[in-house]
Amino acid sequence: MTSTSLILADTDDGVGVVRFNRPKVLNALNPQLMEELADQLETWDADPAINVIVIAGNERAFAAGADIGDMAERSSVEMYERDQFTTWDRIQRIRKPLVAAVSGFALGGGCELMMMCDVIVAAENAQIGQPEINIGVMPGAGGTQRLPRAVGKARAMDLILTGRFLTAAEALDAGLVSRVVPPEHWLDETMTIARDMAKKGSVALRLAKEAVLKAYEAPLSEGIAFERKLFYMLFATEDQKEGMRAFAEKRRATFKGH
Amino acid sequence: MTATATTPETILTSLEDHVLTITLNRPDTYNAFSDQLSRELLATLKDAGRNRDARVLVITGAGKAFSSGQDLAELKERYVPGHEPHLGKDLDKRYNPIIRAICAMEKPVIAAVNGVAAGAGCSLALACDLRLASEKASFVEVFVNVGLVPDSGSSFFLPRLIGHARAMELCCTGRPVDAAEALTLGIVNRVVPPDELAAAATKMATKLAAMPARALALTKRLLVQSATNSLEEQLTAERFAQETAGRTADHTEGVLAFLEKRKPAFRGE
Repeated sequence: MTSTSLILADTDDGVGVVRFNRPKVLNALNPQLMEELADQLETWDADPAINVIVIAGNERAFAAGADIGDMAERSSVEMYERDQFTTWDRIQRIRKPLVAAVSGFALGGGCELMMMCDVIVAAENAQIGQPEINIGVMPGAGGTQRLPRAVGKARAMDLILTGRFLTAAEALDAGLVSRVVPPEHWLDETMTIARDMAKKGSVALRLAKEAVLKAYEAPLSEGIAFERKLFYMLFATEDQKEGMRAFAEKRRATFKGH
Repeated sequence: MTATATTPETILTSLEDHVLTITLNRPDTYNAFSDQLSRELLATLKDAGRNRDARVLVITGAGKAFSSGQDLAELKERYVPGHEPHLGKDLDKRYNPIIRAICAMEKPVIAAVNGVAAGAGCSLALACDLRLASEKASFVEVFVNVGLVPDSGSSFFLPRLIGHARAMELCCTGRPVDAAEALTLGIVNRVVPPDELAAAATKMATKLAAMPARALALTKRLLVQSATNSLEEQLTAERFAQETAGRTADHTEGVLAFLEKRKPAFRGE
Protein backbone atom coordinates (compact mmCIF):
# COMPACT_ATOMS: atom_id res chain seq x y z
CA MET A 1 0.00 0.00 0.00
CA THR A 2 2.90 2.35 0.65
CA SER A 3 4.16 3.88 -2.54
CA THR A 4 7.48 5.29 -1.36
CA SER A 5 9.73 4.40 1.49
CA LEU A 6 10.15 7.03 4.19
CA ILE A 7 13.52 5.70 5.27
CA LEU A 8 16.78 4.94 3.48
CA ALA A 9 18.74 1.90 4.61
CA ASP A 10 22.34 0.99 3.88
CA THR A 11 25.01 -1.20 5.40
CA ASP A 12 28.69 -0.46 5.84
CA ASP A 13 31.31 -2.65 7.52
CA GLY A 14 29.06 -4.29 10.12
CA VAL A 15 27.03 -1.12 10.60
CA GLY A 16 23.43 -0.72 9.46
CA VAL A 17 22.57 2.90 8.71
CA VAL A 18 18.97 4.03 8.53
CA ARG A 19 18.16 7.60 7.52
CA PHE A 20 14.81 9.33 7.70
CA ASN A 21 13.73 10.57 4.31
CA ARG A 22 11.00 13.14 4.74
CA PRO A 23 13.11 16.28 4.23
CA LYS A 24 10.16 18.51 3.35
CA VAL A 25 8.60 18.03 6.78
CA LEU A 26 11.92 18.00 8.68
CA ASN A 27 11.60 14.24 9.07
CA ALA A 28 8.37 14.35 11.03
CA LEU A 29 7.75 10.87 12.40
CA ASN A 30 4.43 9.51 11.14
CA PRO A 31 3.16 5.98 11.86
CA GLN A 32 4.29 4.68 8.45
CA LEU A 33 7.85 5.90 8.99
CA MET A 34 7.95 4.38 12.47
CA GLU A 35 6.68 1.05 11.10
CA GLU A 36 9.35 1.06 8.42
CA LEU A 37 12.00 1.96 11.00
CA ALA A 38 10.92 -0.81 13.37
CA ASP A 39 10.83 -3.35 10.52
CA GLN A 40 14.33 -2.38 9.40
CA LEU A 41 15.77 -2.45 12.92
CA GLU A 42 14.27 -5.90 13.57
CA THR A 43 15.72 -7.20 10.29
CA TRP A 44 19.18 -6.00 11.26
CA ASP A 45 18.78 -7.20 14.84
CA ALA A 46 18.46 -10.71 13.41
CA ASP A 47 21.24 -10.27 10.81
CA PRO A 48 24.59 -11.66 12.02
CA ALA A 49 26.45 -9.36 9.58
CA ILE A 50 25.24 -6.27 11.45
CA ASN A 51 26.65 -5.41 14.88
CA VAL A 52 25.67 -1.77 15.33
CA ILE A 53 22.84 0.36 13.95
CA VAL A 54 23.05 4.08 13.20
CA ILE A 55 19.86 6.17 13.08
CA ALA A 56 20.20 9.54 11.36
CA GLY A 57 18.20 12.35 9.81
CA ASN A 58 19.72 15.00 7.58
CA GLU A 59 21.72 18.20 8.24
CA ARG A 60 18.63 20.25 9.10
CA ALA A 61 16.77 17.77 11.23
CA PHE A 62 17.15 14.45 12.99
CA ALA A 63 13.37 14.52 13.36
CA ALA A 64 11.34 17.61 14.19
CA GLY A 65 8.55 15.74 15.92
CA ALA A 66 5.47 13.74 15.17
CA ASP A 67 3.20 14.42 12.21
CA ILE A 68 0.92 16.99 13.84
CA GLY A 69 -1.29 17.42 10.77
CA ASP A 70 -2.02 13.70 10.96
CA MET A 71 -3.16 13.88 14.59
CA ALA A 72 -4.73 17.32 14.95
CA GLU A 73 -8.40 16.39 14.44
CA ARG A 74 -8.43 12.88 15.90
CA SER A 75 -10.58 12.01 18.88
CA SER A 76 -9.28 10.50 22.09
CA VAL A 77 -10.89 7.18 21.24
CA GLU A 78 -9.36 7.19 17.76
CA MET A 79 -5.94 7.82 19.28
CA TYR A 80 -6.53 5.00 21.76
CA GLU A 81 -7.73 2.58 19.09
CA ARG A 82 -4.82 3.38 16.80
CA ASP A 83 -2.31 3.22 19.69
CA GLN A 84 0.48 4.38 17.42
CA PHE A 85 3.16 4.35 20.09
CA THR A 86 3.16 0.55 20.34
CA THR A 87 5.49 0.62 17.33
CA TRP A 88 7.96 2.40 19.57
CA ASP A 89 8.01 -0.59 21.95
CA ARG A 90 9.48 -2.65 19.12
CA ILE A 91 12.39 -0.23 18.90
CA GLN A 92 12.95 -0.50 22.62
CA ARG A 93 13.36 -4.27 22.21
CA ILE A 94 16.22 -3.97 19.68
CA ARG A 95 19.21 -5.68 21.29
CA LYS A 96 22.03 -4.30 19.16
CA PRO A 97 23.50 -0.89 19.99
CA LEU A 98 21.65 2.04 18.42
CA VAL A 99 23.71 5.13 17.65
CA ALA A 100 21.86 8.37 16.94
CA ALA A 101 23.44 10.96 14.62
CA VAL A 102 21.70 14.22 15.45
CA SER A 103 22.09 17.33 13.33
CA GLY A 104 19.60 20.18 13.55
CA PHE A 105 16.26 19.58 15.26
CA ALA A 106 15.48 16.68 17.55
CA LEU A 107 12.12 17.79 18.89
CA GLY A 108 9.18 16.05 20.49
CA GLY A 109 9.05 12.55 19.05
CA GLY A 110 12.47 13.21 17.52
CA CYS A 111 13.91 13.82 20.98
CA GLU A 112 12.08 10.76 22.35
CA LEU A 113 13.44 8.55 19.57
CA MET A 114 16.92 10.03 20.11
CA MET A 115 16.68 9.09 23.80
CA MET A 116 15.87 5.48 22.86
CA CYS A 117 19.27 5.28 21.18
CA ASP A 118 22.24 4.09 23.20
CA VAL A 119 24.98 6.45 22.02
CA ILE A 120 23.99 9.93 20.86
CA VAL A 121 26.32 12.02 18.68
CA ALA A 122 25.10 15.60 18.27
CA ALA A 123 26.28 18.24 15.83
CA GLU A 124 27.08 21.65 17.32
CA ASN A 125 23.96 22.98 15.56
CA ALA A 126 21.63 20.47 17.23
CA GLN A 127 18.52 21.81 18.95
CA ILE A 128 16.84 19.40 21.28
CA GLY A 129 13.57 19.71 23.14
CA GLN A 130 10.09 18.51 24.03
CA PRO A 131 7.90 21.42 22.85
CA GLU A 132 4.58 19.53 22.96
CA ILE A 133 3.34 21.90 25.68
CA ASN A 134 3.22 24.67 23.06
CA ILE A 135 0.54 22.81 21.10
CA GLY A 136 -1.58 21.90 24.09
CA VAL A 137 -0.31 18.39 24.75
CA MET A 138 2.66 16.65 26.39
CA PRO A 139 5.28 14.11 25.37
CA GLY A 140 3.63 10.81 24.49
CA ALA A 141 6.43 8.51 23.39
CA GLY A 142 8.49 8.26 26.55
CA GLY A 143 9.66 11.86 26.97
CA THR A 144 8.33 12.33 30.49
CA GLN A 145 10.04 9.12 31.60
CA ARG A 146 13.35 9.07 29.74
CA LEU A 147 14.20 12.78 29.94
CA PRO A 148 14.26 12.99 33.79
CA ARG A 149 16.32 9.77 33.87
CA ALA A 150 18.81 11.41 31.49
CA VAL A 151 19.00 14.97 32.84
CA GLY A 152 17.30 14.93 36.26
CA LYS A 153 13.89 16.17 37.35
CA ALA A 154 14.56 19.92 37.47
CA ARG A 155 15.96 20.16 33.97
CA ALA A 156 13.39 17.75 32.53
CA MET A 157 10.54 19.78 34.03
CA ASP A 158 12.05 22.99 32.63
CA LEU A 159 12.20 21.53 29.13
CA ILE A 160 8.82 19.81 29.20
CA LEU A 161 6.86 22.62 30.91
CA THR A 162 8.35 25.54 28.95
CA GLY A 163 9.03 23.80 25.64
CA ARG A 164 12.42 25.50 25.31
CA PHE A 165 15.20 23.90 23.29
CA LEU A 166 18.67 22.88 24.43
CA THR A 167 21.72 23.61 22.32
CA ALA A 168 24.14 20.75 21.70
CA ALA A 169 26.56 22.17 24.27
CA GLU A 170 23.82 22.37 26.91
CA ALA A 171 22.65 18.86 26.06
CA LEU A 172 26.19 17.54 26.50
CA ASP A 173 26.49 19.36 29.80
CA ALA A 174 23.18 17.89 30.93
CA GLY A 175 24.25 14.35 30.00
CA LEU A 176 21.57 14.06 27.33
CA VAL A 177 24.01 13.40 24.47
CA SER A 178 27.26 11.43 24.37
CA ARG A 179 29.44 13.68 22.23
CA VAL A 180 29.26 16.92 20.29
CA VAL A 181 31.00 17.31 16.94
CA PRO A 182 31.27 20.17 14.41
CA PRO A 183 28.37 20.36 11.94
CA GLU A 184 30.50 19.13 9.00
CA HIS A 185 31.27 15.89 10.84
CA TRP A 186 27.97 14.86 12.39
CA LEU A 187 27.59 11.79 10.19
CA ASP A 188 31.15 10.72 9.41
CA GLU A 189 32.15 10.95 13.07
CA THR A 190 29.10 8.91 14.05
CA MET A 191 30.08 6.33 11.43
CA THR A 192 33.64 6.22 12.76
CA ILE A 193 32.31 5.54 16.25
CA ALA A 194 29.83 2.94 14.96
CA ARG A 195 32.38 1.10 12.78
CA ASP A 196 34.81 1.00 15.68
CA MET A 197 32.06 -0.34 17.95
CA ALA A 198 31.03 -2.92 15.32
CA LYS A 199 34.49 -4.49 15.54
CA LYS A 200 33.92 -5.47 19.18
CA GLY A 201 32.42 -8.75 20.24
CA SER A 202 28.81 -8.82 19.16
CA VAL A 203 27.49 -10.78 22.14
CA ALA A 204 29.37 -8.55 24.58
CA LEU A 205 27.91 -5.46 22.90
CA ARG A 206 24.37 -6.76 23.23
CA LEU A 207 24.71 -7.97 26.80
CA ALA A 208 26.42 -4.76 27.91
CA LYS A 209 23.54 -2.77 26.41
CA GLU A 210 21.05 -4.98 28.19
CA ALA A 211 22.85 -4.56 31.50
CA VAL A 212 23.00 -0.76 31.24
CA LEU A 213 19.31 -0.58 30.39
CA LYS A 214 18.60 -2.80 33.41
CA ALA A 215 19.84 0.07 35.58
CA TYR A 216 16.67 1.97 34.66
CA GLU A 217 14.34 -0.86 35.55
CA ALA A 218 15.76 -2.69 38.55
CA PRO A 219 16.90 -1.95 42.12
CA LEU A 220 20.69 -1.72 42.47
CA SER A 221 21.21 -5.15 44.06
CA GLU A 222 19.14 -6.82 41.36
CA GLY A 223 20.97 -4.90 38.63
CA ILE A 224 24.35 -5.90 40.07
CA ALA A 225 23.31 -9.54 40.24
CA PHE A 226 22.04 -9.36 36.66
CA GLU A 227 25.28 -7.75 35.49
CA ARG A 228 27.34 -10.41 37.22
CA LYS A 229 25.47 -13.24 35.50
CA LEU A 230 25.92 -11.64 32.09
CA PHE A 231 29.61 -11.11 32.83
CA TYR A 232 30.08 -14.79 33.72
CA MET A 233 27.99 -15.78 30.71
CA LEU A 234 30.39 -14.03 28.34
CA PHE A 235 33.06 -16.59 29.31
CA ALA A 236 31.08 -19.02 27.17
CA THR A 237 31.95 -17.02 24.05
CA GLU A 238 34.98 -17.49 21.83
CA ASP A 239 35.26 -13.71 21.64
CA GLN A 240 36.07 -13.59 25.37
CA LYS A 241 38.90 -16.11 24.90
CA GLU A 242 40.20 -14.25 21.85
CA GLY A 243 39.94 -10.86 23.54
CA MET A 244 41.78 -11.83 26.68
CA ARG A 245 44.45 -13.85 24.83
CA ALA A 246 45.06 -10.98 22.40
CA PHE A 247 45.47 -8.63 25.37
CA ALA A 248 48.04 -10.96 26.96
CA GLU A 249 49.84 -11.39 23.65
CA LYS A 250 49.84 -7.62 23.08
CA ARG A 251 48.07 -7.88 19.74
CA ARG A 252 44.78 -6.62 18.42
CA ALA A 253 41.83 -8.96 18.98
CA THR A 254 39.76 -10.21 16.06
CA PHE A 255 36.24 -10.93 17.19
CA LYS A 256 33.98 -13.37 15.42
CA GLY A 257 30.69 -12.51 17.03
CA HIS A 258 30.17 -15.70 19.02
CA MET B 1 19.42 39.93 -4.96
CA THR B 2 17.27 38.10 -2.45
CA ALA B 3 13.87 39.61 -1.89
CA THR B 4 13.53 40.99 1.61
CA ALA B 5 10.24 42.04 3.10
CA THR B 6 11.22 45.69 3.30
CA THR B 7 14.24 47.68 2.24
CA PRO B 8 16.11 48.77 5.35
CA GLU B 9 15.99 52.48 6.08
CA THR B 10 18.65 52.73 8.76
CA ILE B 11 21.22 50.46 7.12
CA LEU B 12 23.03 50.85 3.80
CA THR B 13 24.65 47.87 2.14
CA SER B 14 26.89 47.55 -0.87
CA LEU B 15 28.46 44.40 -2.25
CA GLU B 16 31.60 44.69 -4.35
CA ASP B 17 34.32 42.13 -5.07
CA HIS B 18 32.84 39.76 -2.45
CA VAL B 19 33.03 42.48 0.21
CA LEU B 20 29.74 43.46 1.82
CA THR B 21 29.87 46.88 3.43
CA ILE B 22 27.20 47.55 6.04
CA THR B 23 26.79 51.21 6.97
CA LEU B 24 24.83 52.24 10.04
CA ASN B 25 22.88 55.15 8.60
CA ARG B 26 21.32 57.40 11.21
CA PRO B 27 23.97 60.12 11.11
CA ASP B 28 21.76 62.74 12.81
CA THR B 29 21.67 60.58 15.96
CA TYR B 30 25.32 59.46 15.66
CA ASN B 31 23.97 56.13 14.41
CA ALA B 32 22.23 55.38 17.67
CA PHE B 33 20.56 51.98 18.00
CA SER B 34 16.88 52.60 17.55
CA ASP B 35 14.55 49.64 17.65
CA GLN B 36 14.40 49.80 13.85
CA LEU B 37 18.18 49.98 13.40
CA SER B 38 18.81 46.95 15.61
CA ARG B 39 16.11 45.00 13.80
CA GLU B 40 17.45 45.94 10.37
CA LEU B 41 21.06 45.30 11.33
CA LEU B 42 20.17 41.81 12.56
CA ALA B 43 18.22 41.05 9.36
CA THR B 44 21.13 42.34 7.26
CA LEU B 45 23.60 40.16 9.17
CA LYS B 46 21.39 37.09 8.75
CA ASP B 47 21.15 37.71 4.99
CA ALA B 48 24.91 38.25 4.84
CA GLY B 49 25.52 34.93 6.55
CA ARG B 50 23.55 33.12 3.86
CA ASN B 51 24.92 35.14 0.92
CA ARG B 52 27.76 33.13 -0.59
CA ASP B 53 28.88 36.15 -2.63
CA ALA B 54 29.62 38.08 0.54
CA ARG B 55 32.91 36.63 1.79
CA VAL B 56 33.97 39.47 4.07
CA LEU B 57 31.88 42.05 5.93
CA VAL B 58 32.79 45.61 6.79
CA ILE B 59 30.68 47.46 9.36
CA THR B 60 31.01 51.24 9.53
CA GLY B 61 28.99 54.33 10.41
CA ALA B 62 27.65 57.18 8.26
CA GLY B 63 28.73 60.69 9.19
CA LYS B 64 30.85 61.57 12.20
CA ALA B 65 30.21 58.61 14.48
CA PHE B 66 30.52 54.83 14.33
CA SER B 67 27.62 54.41 16.76
CA SER B 68 26.63 56.13 19.96
CA GLY B 69 24.85 53.03 21.30
CA GLN B 70 21.25 52.83 22.49
CA ASP B 71 19.01 55.66 21.31
CA LEU B 72 18.01 56.98 24.72
CA ALA B 73 15.39 59.31 23.26
CA GLU B 74 13.48 56.22 22.15
CA LEU B 75 13.39 54.86 25.69
CA LYS B 76 12.09 58.10 27.21
CA GLU B 77 8.59 56.87 27.89
CA ARG B 78 9.99 54.04 29.99
CA TYR B 79 11.61 56.48 32.40
CA VAL B 80 8.56 57.59 34.34
CA PRO B 81 8.11 57.15 38.09
CA GLY B 82 6.85 53.71 39.12
CA HIS B 83 7.87 52.17 35.82
CA GLU B 84 10.77 49.73 35.42
CA PRO B 85 12.60 49.91 32.09
CA HIS B 86 13.20 46.12 31.75
CA LEU B 87 16.45 46.45 29.81
CA GLY B 88 17.05 42.69 29.88
CA LYS B 89 14.29 42.27 27.34
CA ASP B 90 16.02 44.67 24.93
CA LEU B 91 19.22 42.66 25.23
CA ASP B 92 17.37 39.39 24.60
CA LYS B 93 15.49 40.68 21.59
CA ARG B 94 17.63 43.37 20.03
CA TYR B 95 21.29 43.36 21.02
CA ASN B 96 22.35 39.84 21.96
CA PRO B 97 21.11 38.32 18.67
CA ILE B 98 23.32 40.81 16.78
CA ILE B 99 26.39 39.90 18.82
CA ARG B 100 25.67 36.18 18.41
CA ALA B 101 25.16 36.63 14.66
CA ILE B 102 28.57 38.31 14.28
CA CYS B 103 30.39 35.62 16.27
CA ALA B 104 28.55 32.82 14.47
CA MET B 105 29.11 34.45 11.06
CA GLU B 106 31.49 32.12 9.26
CA LYS B 107 33.33 34.97 7.56
CA PRO B 108 35.56 37.77 8.76
CA VAL B 109 33.77 40.88 10.00
CA ILE B 110 35.80 44.10 10.01
CA ALA B 111 34.73 47.14 12.00
CA ALA B 112 35.80 50.35 10.25
CA VAL B 113 35.48 52.66 13.23
CA ASN B 114 35.10 56.14 11.76
CA GLY B 115 34.25 58.07 14.93
CA VAL B 116 32.91 57.55 18.40
CA ALA B 117 31.90 54.01 19.34
CA ALA B 118 30.04 54.28 22.62
CA GLY B 119 28.04 51.85 24.72
CA ALA B 120 26.45 49.20 22.54
CA GLY B 121 28.25 50.87 19.61
CA CYS B 122 31.54 50.05 21.33
CA SER B 123 30.33 46.51 21.98
CA LEU B 124 29.42 46.13 18.32
CA ALA B 125 32.95 47.14 17.29
CA LEU B 126 34.47 44.76 19.88
CA ALA B 127 32.36 41.85 18.63
CA CYS B 128 33.87 42.20 15.15
CA ASP B 129 36.92 40.15 14.23
CA LEU B 130 39.19 43.02 13.23
CA ARG B 131 39.05 46.72 13.93
CA LEU B 132 40.43 49.52 11.75
CA ALA B 133 40.15 52.95 13.30
CA SER B 134 40.21 56.47 11.95
CA GLU B 135 42.43 58.87 13.91
CA LYS B 136 39.12 60.43 15.00
CA ALA B 137 37.75 57.19 16.41
CA SER B 138 37.16 56.72 20.11
CA PHE B 139 35.88 53.87 22.25
CA VAL B 140 33.74 54.58 25.29
CA GLU B 141 32.31 52.04 27.71
CA VAL B 142 29.81 54.71 28.58
CA PHE B 143 27.37 52.50 30.48
CA VAL B 144 28.60 53.37 33.97
CA ASN B 145 27.89 57.06 33.38
CA VAL B 146 24.17 56.25 33.38
CA GLY B 147 24.39 53.69 36.16
CA LEU B 148 24.47 50.64 33.92
CA VAL B 149 26.88 47.79 33.21
CA PRO B 150 28.73 46.89 29.99
CA ASP B 151 26.44 44.82 27.80
CA SER B 152 26.15 43.39 24.28
CA GLY B 153 29.32 41.41 24.87
CA SER B 154 31.56 44.26 26.07
CA SER B 155 32.20 42.52 29.41
CA PHE B 156 33.27 39.43 27.43
CA PHE B 157 35.37 40.90 24.65
CA LEU B 158 37.11 43.78 26.44
CA PRO B 159 38.88 41.84 29.22
CA ARG B 160 39.95 39.24 26.65
CA LEU B 161 41.42 42.00 24.48
CA ILE B 162 43.14 44.14 27.10
CA GLY B 163 43.06 42.20 30.40
CA HIS B 164 41.04 42.53 33.58
CA ALA B 165 42.68 45.57 35.15
CA ARG B 166 42.48 47.79 32.10
CA ALA B 167 38.95 46.60 31.29
CA MET B 168 37.91 47.44 34.86
CA GLU B 169 39.38 50.91 34.51
CA LEU B 170 37.56 51.65 31.25
CA CYS B 171 34.25 50.11 32.27
CA CYS B 172 34.20 51.66 35.75
CA THR B 173 35.23 55.18 34.74
CA GLY B 174 33.55 55.47 31.34
CA ARG B 175 36.71 57.24 30.13
CA PRO B 176 36.96 57.56 26.33
CA VAL B 177 39.91 55.83 24.66
CA ASP B 178 41.18 57.64 21.59
CA ALA B 179 42.50 55.89 18.48
CA ALA B 180 46.16 56.11 19.46
CA GLU B 181 45.53 54.60 22.90
CA ALA B 182 43.24 51.97 21.39
CA LEU B 183 46.14 50.91 19.16
CA THR B 184 48.53 50.72 22.12
CA LEU B 185 46.01 48.71 24.16
CA GLY B 186 45.43 46.29 21.30
CA ILE B 187 41.78 47.21 20.83
CA VAL B 188 42.35 48.05 17.15
CA ASN B 189 44.53 46.46 14.49
CA ARG B 190 45.47 49.71 12.75
CA VAL B 191 44.86 53.47 12.81
CA VAL B 192 44.65 55.52 9.60
CA PRO B 193 43.85 59.14 8.73
CA PRO B 194 40.09 59.77 8.60
CA ASP B 195 39.91 60.16 4.84
CA GLU B 196 41.81 56.91 4.27
CA LEU B 197 39.66 54.69 6.49
CA ALA B 198 37.20 53.50 3.86
CA ALA B 199 39.98 52.65 1.41
CA ALA B 200 42.02 50.88 4.08
CA ALA B 201 38.99 48.82 5.14
CA THR B 202 38.19 47.90 1.54
CA LYS B 203 41.82 46.96 0.91
CA MET B 204 41.97 44.68 3.93
CA ALA B 205 38.54 43.18 3.16
CA THR B 206 39.44 42.55 -0.49
CA LYS B 207 42.64 40.86 0.57
CA LEU B 208 40.73 38.57 2.95
CA ALA B 209 38.07 37.91 0.28
CA ALA B 210 40.80 36.45 -1.96
CA MET B 211 41.96 34.05 0.76
CA PRO B 212 40.56 30.49 1.00
CA ALA B 213 37.09 31.19 2.38
CA ARG B 214 36.50 27.87 4.14
CA ALA B 215 39.85 28.04 5.90
CA LEU B 216 39.00 31.56 7.08
CA ALA B 217 35.56 30.45 8.28
CA LEU B 218 37.01 27.53 10.20
CA THR B 219 39.81 29.68 11.61
CA LYS B 220 37.28 32.19 12.92
CA ARG B 221 35.23 29.40 14.47
CA LEU B 222 38.34 28.06 16.22
CA LEU B 223 39.42 31.46 17.54
CA VAL B 224 35.90 32.21 18.79
CA GLN B 225 35.73 28.81 20.51
CA SER B 226 39.18 29.25 22.05
CA ALA B 227 37.78 31.98 24.29
CA THR B 228 35.76 29.40 26.20
CA ASN B 229 37.42 26.04 25.43
CA SER B 230 40.01 24.08 27.38
CA LEU B 231 43.21 23.02 25.59
CA GLU B 232 41.82 19.50 25.21
CA GLU B 233 38.59 20.78 23.67
CA GLN B 234 40.53 23.11 21.41
CA LEU B 235 42.87 20.36 20.18
CA THR B 236 39.80 18.32 19.29
CA ALA B 237 38.18 21.30 17.57
CA GLU B 238 41.37 21.90 15.56
CA ARG B 239 41.47 18.27 14.54
CA PHE B 240 37.95 18.44 13.15
CA ALA B 241 38.50 21.81 11.47
CA GLN B 242 41.70 20.59 9.82
CA GLU B 243 39.90 17.48 8.62
CA THR B 244 37.30 19.75 7.01
CA ALA B 245 39.83 22.20 5.56
CA GLY B 246 41.84 19.31 4.16
CA ARG B 247 38.87 18.29 2.03
CA THR B 248 38.45 21.70 0.33
CA ALA B 249 39.40 22.41 -3.26
CA ASP B 250 41.25 25.50 -2.03
CA HIS B 251 43.55 23.32 0.06
CA THR B 252 44.40 21.15 -2.94
CA GLU B 253 44.96 24.29 -5.02
CA GLY B 254 47.19 25.75 -2.31
CA VAL B 255 49.39 22.67 -2.17
CA LEU B 256 49.59 22.32 -5.96
CA ALA B 257 50.42 26.02 -6.37
CA PHE B 258 53.20 25.66 -3.79
CA LEU B 259 54.66 22.61 -5.54
CA GLU B 260 54.35 24.26 -8.94
CA LYS B 261 55.86 27.48 -7.57
CA ARG B 262 52.96 29.66 -8.65
CA LYS B 263 50.40 31.84 -6.91
CA PRO B 264 47.32 29.91 -5.74
CA ALA B 265 43.96 30.88 -7.22
CA PHE B 266 41.49 30.24 -4.41
CA ARG B 267 37.83 29.96 -5.34
CA GLY B 268 36.29 29.73 -1.90
CA GLU B 269 35.47 26.03 -2.26
